[in-house]
Amino acid sequence: MINLNFVYPEIFLSISLMVMLLIGVFKKESSNIVYILSIFSLIILLVLNFNLFDKREIYLFNEGFKIDFLSTFMKVLIISSGIFVMLSSSIYLKATKIFKIEYPILLLSSILGMMIMISSNDLIVFYMGLELQSLALYVLASFNRDNQLSSESGLKYFVLSALSSGLLLYGCSLIYGFSGTTNFNQISLNINEVQYGLTLGIVFILVGLSFKISAVPFHMWAPDVYAGSPTSVTMFFAILPKVAALTVFIKFLYIPFINLIDQWQIILIFLSISSMIFGAVAAIGQENLKRLMAYSSISHMGFALAGLSVGTNEGIQSSIVYVSIYLVMNLAFFSCLFMLKRNNSYFENIDDLSGLSKNHPLLSLSMMITLFSLAGIPPLAGFFAKFYIFLAVVKEEMYFLAIIGLLSTVIAAFYYLRIIKIIYFDPEKEKFDSDHNIGLKFTLIISTILILIYFVFPSSLTNVISNINIL
Amino acid sequence: MEFPIISSLILLPFVGSLFIFFVKSNKSNNSIKYVSLFITLANFILSIYLWIIFDKSSSNFQFVENREWLMGLINYKVGIDGISILFVILTTLVTPLCVLSVNSTIKYKLKEFLIAILLMETLMIGVFCSMDLVVFYLFFEGGLIPMFLIIGIWGGERRVYSAFKFFLYTLLGSVLMLVAILTIYWIAGTTDIEKLYEMGISSEYQKILWLAFFSSFAVKTPMWPVHTWLPDAHVEAPTAGSVLLAAILLKMAGYGFIRFSVGLFPVASEYFVPLVYTLSIIAIIYTSLVALMQEDMKKLIAYSSVAHMGFVTLGIFTMTEQGIEGSIFQMISHGLVSAALFLSVGVIYERNHSRIIKDYGGLVSVMPNYAVVLMIFTLGAVGLPGTTGFVGEFLILMGTFKKSFLAAFLASIGVILSAAYMLWLYRRVIFGKLEKSNLITMGDLNKSEMLILWILAIPILVFGFYPEPLFNTITQSVTNFLDMYNSNIEIYLANKE
Repeated sequence: MINLNFVYPEIFLSISLMVMLLIGVFKKESSNIVYILSIFSLIILLVLNFNLFDKREIYLFNEGFKIDFLSTFMKVLIISSGIFVMLSSSIYLKATKIFKIEYPILLLSSILGMMIMISSNDLIVFYMGLELQSLALYVLASFNRDNQLSSESGLKYFVLSALSSGLLLYGCSLIYGFSGTTNFNQISLNINEVQYGLTLGIVFILVGLSFKISAVPFHMWAPDVYAGSPTSVTMFFAILPKVAALTVFIKFLYIPFINLIDQWQIILIFLSISSMIFGAVAAIGQENLKRLMAYSSISHMGFALAGLSVGTNEGIQSSIVYVSIYLVMNLAFFSCLFMLKRNNSYFENIDDLSGLSKNHPLLSLSMMITLFSLAGIPPLAGFFAKFYIFLAVVKEEMYFLAIIGLLSTVIAAFYYLRIIKIIYFDPEKEKFDSDHNIGLKFTLIISTILILIYFVFPSSLTNVISNINIL
Repeated sequence: MEFPIISSLILLPFVGSLFIFFVKSNKSNNSIKYVSLFITLANFILSIYLWIIFDKSSSNFQFVENREWLMGLINYKVGIDGISILFVILTTLVTPLCVLSVNSTIKYKLKEFLIAILLMETLMIGVFCSMDLVVFYLFFEGGLIPMFLIIGIWGGERRVYSAFKFFLYTLLGSVLMLVAILTIYWIAGTTDIEKLYEMGISSEYQKILWLAFFSSFAVKTPMWPVHTWLPDAHVEAPTAGSVLLAAILLKMAGYGFIRFSVGLFPVASEYFVPLVYTLSIIAIIYTSLVALMQEDMKKLIAYSSVAHMGFVTLGIFTMTEQGIEGSIFQMISHGLVSAALFLSVGVIYERNHSRIIKDYGGLVSVMPNYAVVLMIFTLGAVGLPGTTGFVGEFLILMGTFKKSFLAAFLASIGVILSAAYMLWLYRRVIFGKLEKSNLITMGDLNKSEMLILWILAIPILVFGFYPEPLFNTITQSVTNFLDMYNSNIEIYLANKE
């Protein structure tokens, strides 16, 4: 008997999606209501998810769906950052005239896809979630359809993503062929020895997943899509799909294929090192803040992968800590971007920030805190994120990875400092508008404060995450 | 529970900066200036009180506070012993002077400047008090943020270049130290210094860990050849920034050498003594020669700082009581003297807007009071008997003679060179004919400048004649520290055989 109790969050989200779609169709001028309703449904979803925190290892649908602490925690991360993304971006959407009913609905269906992805315990279920997520994201990327760049980025993302999905699917079929099943638990039972077909399957799936988190060398799409999409979608891109894909990374590598760690560890180390270095070096020359954030997120994902490549529980936990902190920093940074508005047009070049500190001291302060934190300077949260990663990496005596990673933070520090320099040291420009709504201010304040005071209670996050024991 | 005196020392400036942050700044900015002055003075008094109740006959860490902090394994642990207490007092003495000096030197964004200075004080005191490597690293690196802003926002023309250079150099040095700290955490199971002192770190790891720590401290000290950030940072920073940089930030590294490099890795320290000797002596002689050729006063003092810090590293790695005590004394002395010299340069820069030596000459006839105090500081930097500079250099050279005649001989050349460049600077600026017309109108020191400079001049003279109170404080800890060091070396040699 399938106990549907445990999939109430997913069911609730699907139903509310359909209801909102109906409202959108039958009621004119309903985009505001739908937007507010979707925020509320996300909040209810969050509460529903909190109820699952005490559940350990529940299998549903022929073991195709698994609810455990990891999945619940990651869902909470995703849903809460979804709420903050929506809270902070409504003004932006209105100003750029893309405040339509489809927007929140697509956002929610993408979140639904991610939730399925996170809970999946079967290659087919996983693929289904992934595609639901991606399809919604293709549309979102090109949502500003009057804008050439936005359409281009949507198309680009669609073509490349479809290619990577194809590779991923091919990997799935290889794995099915060599292990005789698509279920994660079964796969781990069925494989006894190293088979090249299986390794090939793992590689294909890793390629597909690396594409989703934009790890080098599968990062090509990221800068264009980040820069072309509406900023609110970029914010979404930078946070949610990464969290979801990283969870799948964890589940996929550590549940069925933990015995083949020798096969995939080196791939992960390569992905991690190349992302860290490439992300840091390529960001230096960028002039567009969204493009820069694309490279920055590439390098951050490199760090998260470094934690995963270790192959221990500490490594997994450290990468989860990393994405949790990464997510807060990105929320803060993008909320700052939403504040760079003058006469209903938004500014996204680094030069536009020139002398920001003179006219907007508080905004500059929080931007500076966020940037220093992204650079990983103590005592801000970003430092602890890196600290945990390297703690795990050094424990397994992977000094090479640790030193490369830390040197890349020095390179990365350069371009974050450059933004701070422009904000604080350069001559001022015209004032920006300051009529921000409460949701945006709230997001910025909460995330900045979290970054700032994390060092007072560093154990609060790690204590929760230490419950995640995959191995 | 006892009153957490160390934590209040660390947190008081931080609370002050929060307070200033929320105060609305008005035109005259007087209120925030008084608040920060009050807070830094209170901190100074608190640290003096700490010195008085500090048990000088004990070599243990005192006033220790230990709180669970990170993952239950890394604790927030602070305390002081004879080695660190003087640095804390130096910090709390110099910061109020920086606050006093902002009157004339900081023209805009005063509120932010005071916040940065107070944050710096918190971080600097934290560095000297932390008894855990991770906590130490946090304070050590955290100082980069306010200092970057101080140089970058309130600095001179090439401030951006200097701020970046300062930040990236120091960060690059420190990340390797972070790897080393993490490694220590896994091989020893703790980062608590007291426990690490007891257990010792196995000698196979020591050399590589020592190098990692060295990379950080050498940049911060700064030692030749990674000293090039210092002249840039000093020249471009505003006066108060230069003062903090010279008086305290450089001392973090010297302190780190004693506490961590020598304390944790005795075997490696013994092994690397020739390296440190060589680098120190190159620093002493080479940078002294470079200082001779400088045309910019601040740059000259910056290079002289590198030379003086060369003496400090030399003294520490003699591993003798005289050497280490001399180094600590030299650091305190250099803290006072270099702070005073930078403030003095600031005084004439405010009047004439030039730091080029050639633009001055004959100041003695218009600024007699200034000439007197500058003389004291110059002689302090030269190391004339009767000033603190002499005591430090003398002890260091004495310690060095015990170990290596050649090193001591070469270092003595540095003493002569330092007399040459400092006295020559003094001659060119103060003596000679007053020829430049714009100098004639320059007024002598005003009251607040007098106050600031004499506050620094008095300890330089007093402790130069009577260094006993300082030595009383440090001797016990240093003796004990060296006993521990020597026994470690003996155990290592015995095992080797």
